[in-house]
Amino acid sequence: MEIKVLKNILSVNEQIAQKNRGLLDKNNIFTINIMSSPGAGKTSLILQTIKRLKDKTRIGVIEGDVSSSVDAETVGKEGVPVIQINTGGGCHLDANMVNNALSNLPLPDIDLLFIENVGNLICPASFALGDHKRVIVSSIPEGHDKPLKYPLMFHEANIVLLNKIDLLPYVAFDMKAFSQAIRNINEKLEIIPISCTTGQGIETWVSWLVAQMRKKNST
Amino acid sequence: MHELAITQSMLDIVLEQAEKARAKKVSNINLTVGELSGFVEECVQFYFGFLAKETLAEGATLSFTSVPARARCQDCHKTFKLKEFDWTCPHCGGNNIEITAGKELFVESIEVE
Ligand SMILES: Nc1nc2c(ncn2[C@@H]2O[C@H](COP(=O)(O)OP(=O)(O)OP(=O)(O)O)[C@@H](O)[C@H]2O)c(=O)[nH]1
Ligand SMILES: [Mg+2]
Ligand SMILES: [Zn+2]
Repeated sequence: MEIKVLKNILSVNEQIAQKNRGLLDKNNIFTINIMSSPGAGKTSLILQTIKRLKDKTRIGVIEGDVSSSVDAETVGKEGVPVIQINTGGGCHLDANMVNNALSNLPLPDIDLLFIENVGNLICPASFALGDHKRVIVSSIPEGHDKPLKYPLMFHEANIVLLNKIDLLPYVAFDMKAFSQAIRNINEKLEIIPISCTTGQGIETWVSWLVAQMRKKNST
Repeated sequence: MHELAITQSMLDIVLEQAEKARAKKVSNINLTVGELSGFVEECVQFYFGFLAKETLAEGATLSFTSVPARARCQDCHKTFKLKEFDWTCPHCGGNNIEITAGKELFVESIEVE
């Protein structure tokens, strides 16, 4: 006997993601999901952003990692609330992990929440978390062909930060090919070149972020 | 690892349906898998063998139907099949597209005894 099922395997995740979104909206928390390959600079970006914004905005951080808590400790030194999620080998954060983390954060005291996803450019694209914007951190040493290899991730992103541009003199990175590859996937996707080491471009990113936050809060 | 979580969700759905139908055994599971879903069949097969042990679905076969990635152009409103590296609209050259198929991950149906 055949039984029709027609059930989305990811629907449980989608439902929890919507619950998260509701909770975040209720508490007026603008939430950014940061995704990248391992080591592209997600934690460095969060640190740079906290340094520039913490006097104006109340920031919270969820750190996703396969096992360690190094990133959470580093970020915690900045004096903002941080929750570490260890995925226990898992290659992405899912909505339920974020839901647990949210219940451990002082939500009324947070206006801007960063979620550092697990370093991986494939799986996080399939798992909604409930965030408002998705940021991809790409970096110069990874090469300019990343958008070709992970089109879905780039299609679903709201902005690309091209990090480690201080390394441009030492690495053969074709900026034109990178921009073209992104345009071929998602015409509207803006690219901001940055360096978390020298601070170049960080102001531009922070302005983008603040503008998005205002837009969200005025709707 | 991703596949482990997905295989568990899939198995949960299958077992719930099988129990509802008071089935004694699940013999086959039909899955619809979008090209963009990042779902690796071999891994799912592997985890399924392991997770389904001592359940109604032990020994069931998995049949995969792949769904090609398609999109609709937001500029000229035509639909087309997505190529691997270039998501440019073949009709008008635009790059402002909406994905209409290829992200699915469904339990389509199950065969039970
Ligand atoms: N030269 C250079 N190095 C950088 C820059 N940004 C980050 N790094 C270095 O790159 C390494 C990884 O940076 P992280 O910020 O830890 O990267 P991540 O994406 O959080 O890494 P995972 O969480 O392990 O995936 C560190 O050694 C940083 O110091 C940059 O702009 N220029
Ligand atoms: Mg990190
Ligand atoms: Zn078109």
